[in-house]
Amino acid sequence: MPFFLPNFLLYFSSSPAFLFPISLYPQPFPSLPHCPSLPLSLLFPIFSFFLLFVCPLYTHTHTHTHSFFLPLFLCLRAMSQGVDVSGLFSEMVKACATVDIVQKKLVYVFLCSYASLNPELSLLVINTLRKDCQDPNPMVRSLALRNMTNLRLPSLVEYVEQPLTAGLRDRAACVRRVAVLGFAKLHNLQTNSEIDAAVVNELYSLLRDPDPVVMVNCLRALEEILKEEGGVAINKPITHHLLNRLKECDVWGQCEVLRILQRYRPQSEDELFDILSLLDASLVSPHPPVMAATLSLFLSLCSGLPAVSLAALERVRGPLLAACGSMSREMRFTALCHIQLLLRSVPGLMGVHYKRFFCGYAEPAYIKQRKMQVLVELVNDENVAMLLDELRGYCTDVNTDTAQSAISAIGHIGRSYSDRCLEILTGLLGLKQEHITSAVVQTMRDLVWVCPQCSDTVCLALEGCEESLQDSQGRQALLWLLGVYGERVSCAPYTLEVFIDGVRSETSLGVKMELLTATMRLFLCRPAETQDMLGRLLHYCIEEETDMCVRDQALLYYRLLHCGIEETRKVLHGRRSDPSLGVLIGRPAEPISQWACSFNTLEPLRQGTIETESASRGSPEHVTFDPKPNTDLSDTLNYSHIEKVHSGSDSTTQRTDSSADILASNITVPLSLSLSPALSPEEFEHLWLQQQALHAEQDPEKMKEEEDYTYMEERIHCPAIPHCSPQNLQAAMQLVNIQTLAFTPPHTLPWRVYLYTHTQRTSSADMTHSTLILGELLYTGEEATGDGLSGRELSGKDGEEEGVKVTLKQQPRDDKALKGFLSILTTVLHTLSSDRA
Amino acid sequence: MISQVFILSSKGDHLIYKDFRGEAGSDVVSIFYEKVTALTGDQPPVVMVTPHKREQHSHKDLHFVHVRQGGLYWVATTTANSSPFTVIEFLNRLTALIKDYCGSLSEKSVQMNFALIYELLDEVVDYGYVQTTSSDVLKNFIQTEAVSSRPFSLFDLSNIGLFGAETQQSKVAPSSAATRPIQSSREQGGKSEIFVDVIERMSVVIGSNGVLMKADVEGEIRVKCYMPSCSEMRIGLNEEFSIGKSQLRGYGAAVRVDECSFHQAVRLDEFDSHRILRLSPSQGEQTVMQYQLSDDLPSAPPFRLFPTIERDSGGRLLMYMKLRCDLPPKRSLNVDCCCYCGFSLSQELSSPDQSAELRPQSRAVVWQIPRFPGGTQLSALFKLEVPGLSSASMLEVGPVGLSFELPKITATGLQIRFLRLTPVQPSPSQRWVRYVTHSDSYTIRI
Repeated sequence: MPFFLPNFLLYFSSSPAFLFPISLYPQPFPSLPHCPSLPLSLLFPIFSFFLLFVCPLYTHTHTHTHSFFLPLFLCLRAMSQGVDVSGLFSEMVKACATVDIVQKKLVYVFLCSYASLNPELSLLVINTLRKDCQDPNPMVRSLALRNMTNLRLPSLVEYVEQPLTAGLRDRAACVRRVAVLGFAKLHNLQTNSEIDAAVVNELYSLLRDPDPVVMVNCLRALEEILKEEGGVAINKPITHHLLNRLKECDVWGQCEVLRILQRYRPQSEDELFDILSLLDASLVSPHPPVMAATLSLFLSLCSGLPAVSLAALERVRGPLLAACGSMSREMRFTALCHIQLLLRSVPGLMGVHYKRFFCGYAEPAYIKQRKMQVLVELVNDENVAMLLDELRGYCTDVNTDTAQSAISAIGHIGRSYSDRCLEILTGLLGLKQEHITSAVVQTMRDLVWVCPQCSDTVCLALEGCEESLQDSQGRQALLWLLGVYGERVSCAPYTLEVFIDGVRSETSLGVKMELLTATMRLFLCRPAETQDMLGRLLHYCIEEETDMCVRDQALLYYRLLHCGIEETRKVLHGRRSDPSLGVLIGRPAEPISQWACSFNTLEPLRQGTIETESASRGSPEHVTFDPKPNTDLSDTLNYSHIEKVHSGSDSTTQRTDSSADILASNITVPLSLSLSPALSPEEFEHLWLQQQALHAEQDPEKMKEEEDYTYMEERIHCPAIPHCSPQNLQAAMQLVNIQTLAFTPPHTLPWRVYLYTHTQRTSSADMTHSTLILGELLYTGEEATGDGLSGRELSGKDGEEEGVKVTLKQQPRDDKALKGFLSILTTVLHTLSSDRA
Repeated sequence: MISQVFILSSKGDHLIYKDFRGEAGSDVVSIFYEKVTALTGDQPPVVMVTPHKREQHSHKDLHFVHVRQGGLYWVATTTANSSPFTVIEFLNRLTALIKDYCGSLSEKSVQMNFALIYELLDEVVDYGYVQTTSSDVLKNFIQTEAVSSRPFSLFDLSNIGLFGAETQQSKVAPSSAATRPIQSSREQGGKSEIFVDVIERMSVVIGSNGVLMKADVEGEIRVKCYMPSCSEMRIGLNEEFSIGKSQLRGYGAAVRVDECSFHQAVRLDEFDSHRILRLSPSQGEQTVMQYQLSDDLPSAPPFRLFPTIERDSGGRLLMYMKLRCDLPPKRSLNVDCCCYCGFSLSQELSSPDQSAELRPQSRAVVWQIPRFPGGTQLSALFKLEVPGLSSASMLEVGPVGLSFELPKITATGLQIRFLRLTPVQPSPSQRWVRYVTHSDSYTIRI
């Protein structure tokens, strides 16, 4: 015995708890002679220990006068700590035949955990359980019934069915609750068996049970049993019954009922509004789960009534804000994530309450980051000073993640308020803190990509910040900026030289690639200073570099230089900025239906993590859009037009530009489109209206010709286009250098898109015609096609054919260019349309 | 729908594991712990996904939703389309229940009461569906008695005189009085007591120019009831209590809140006329009323800071801080003042019992003031050695965060006029009312 002791003490020293029932409670120790049948190998030493040392301490008498209690207790502790105690199963089967409820419960916990390992022995338990189902005490009955079904043994199903059916008619509600759910468990145990219609009917009738939990459990059970048929039938009487009894249920029941009611479609508007007004109180419930479930139901009921949905969002603002200040930070986080969803449709919803989203200094980083994302959305002329002041405070946060997201938040605000933000960002560079500088440089890169007008300030600020840049993301950003704006940063060659000198010890692939591109770009604008170092860099990369990507890239550039400087320039001078993002800053309010299905699910909580992952990235060109439609489309375009040899470059811009070139060159007229000079929405509107006025004076004909401008209407057959997401459409148009300015949301009628582009056509050797084309895509749906729209149908079909009406206005007039443009546009729309199908 | 529930200690020990639906094995516990600890920095997001390795063919992803309380991970696994509000509220409610039943929430109390917790879980959730969390219902089912984790202490005997006579009719209850298991009242003849807490959390931002930029108060009235039978309780609030901007009542200084919500069980028929809440408290703790007030506090913020920061000739950063407490005198508070900045430190404080230390990993100077009498002003001078001090380093100093607890004060001025129990309890019952204002986030910019 003594040699057991040290081991035992070691094992349990971390959990002195088992001593407490003895020392603290004036309760008796179960006298050991009552432990006859305990050859419990594991527990034996423990008992010996008690016998020797602990028992003498005992003076009182125990209320649980059964012998199993203590070993049971210890055994379960071991079980929940992950120790395998399945060997004790047969002992436990014996132990469950007791009158003591506490002991019974503990034994059942054990049995349910290990039943699947011992199906034969479990059969022995069934007898006891069935006997318990006849017990006069309802608690014992419900306990037995619950555990009978929790054993999860298909072999036991035949013994379980009868007591379950009896349980449905039990006097005590607690037994009925268990029995109802028991049928769901049984069904899932043997999914391929037939559904017993009698049981289903019984469950439907129990929806009228006086106990609300039984009612809700019936719903849950029917949902599971009838999963194949789409769940429990929700018809008008059931809906009204459930709604009337909603008040009786507790929070959990209400959530369940509200969730299931989402499937209901009211038959009339009156009924709908009756339901809505009935639910109004739970919309502002102080319990966030009820509030969220109700809003979810509201949104699904009113999917056709945007105004009502918006009113519901307004109404839910108070409770959501309260949840944002909840004691539990997890709840706060959930509420914040859902507020972000609401803001997608109603950007101004929380405008007045922006101070509620200021971060507390003790809040965890993940809440702070979400709050900043919300704050960025809430910025307006009145609060911008206050907000930036607050955000600047977070930039020096101890947590680097928080600091970096604060900096990028400032960058986002910089798209609308660039001066103030750049001032803050440049100030931060002065701190010479590694992580801050890195984040600032990345933010500046992203900002310049969107707002090219900021580039002057950024170029000035870049001087000298390479010293405090350590991480690869930051250095990549710096290199990109130096490459693109190299001619304006006086020290750019020197900075690059430092990088090139250290390229041997460089470990990051991204930095090497970026360095190559940046040096090439700088060489194009400052050849004298850069030539030597470019030579060294290319030599190193081609001769010594082991990574294939870098080597290939270097070889590509080397060969490109052989083709001549003009060719190189064409490939390397991609776009420096993306004005479209700048124009579309005030993101159009999304329709509620876009996110309504993910409301009150785990989806919104996950998005943030994905966003932060994608936040670490390379050059802005690569990620401006959702990459999928981008590559897809350019692939398809390339596929149909491949002529030129495409040297293996991985840069999206290059591919974009060349595919546009290919597309343009394939059309009979040598035509190229370009986006510059950019057109502001105001200018666009002005031009459009001006020409419309001119046009209105004339007789509306298919083709209107003036001296300096042309007007043209076409009908393109591409039915799927109006259902295409604006992002996809915009991305596709961007590829061929058409700028989209404004959208109506998808699925709305009439659906419109406004776009513009500049055409350049070389008509003769040295003369280039350049024109501006403004366009409108209009889709009015079937009903509008016949009346008075005298468009020439391109498809040649009659008025029933769905088509998108294209109105183009060109200035100055150039028919060939216009035709060329139209064919490009048609190709894009058709591609997109077939993509959808 | 909840598939499993488990409780882990912060070190990853498995304390409780209960599988409700048998959809995934118990190995998810370790997967969860790996995922949680793999994330750096602060607490990871609430939700994580795992494409379950063993059952890749099963179409369901497992999602972990967890809540941290009492230093433990309370985790539920669920599917993607379940409501996060519901799961998190459930976990919070579960922790509250366990706290009610075990007295306190800690690794030790969970370990000692695991039988009770299994029993609770069994009654609360069936097949992944929450059945009930009302302690009124549960008290009929729960049989296991809680094991109190409070070690035996001689101080507990101090109130009992010779032969068990009570030495003093104590007017004050220790703050630990409300941390005992609710069930002990049944059999051990525990005192029938009721505790009403008015707890407010302030979050304040004071700008560098001393202007109050933001002041929010979130408050709640919590009732913790240890009475086996209490048919009705009436809580009277200040008569002047008003909700919203327009409505003002009474003549005195109005006590105003912006928004206010009540527990389902509260009956408000006397609220409009007399500001009385009526409810039948169930055993254990419940939040009766929640309210919030933004931007318009009835009194000035309790603390003001007057910082001066400059560089001395030796290249050191001098921070001279004057902290003023504007509370009425005779209140003595414990305040922690935490200023973000860097590097090594020498200090001069105005009293020996205060202390200041530099925490390098959080880059902050923490100035602890154990007793801060109301209406006074304290000052401290910190000298910081900053390598490579530049004017830009000054930008990095600040903000200052204060954490404190103001007993017997509510920032909104909400008071409880009376607390009446009907029917009059046969046994002597005790009613305790407590007011506390916490600093949720009290930030002063420099």
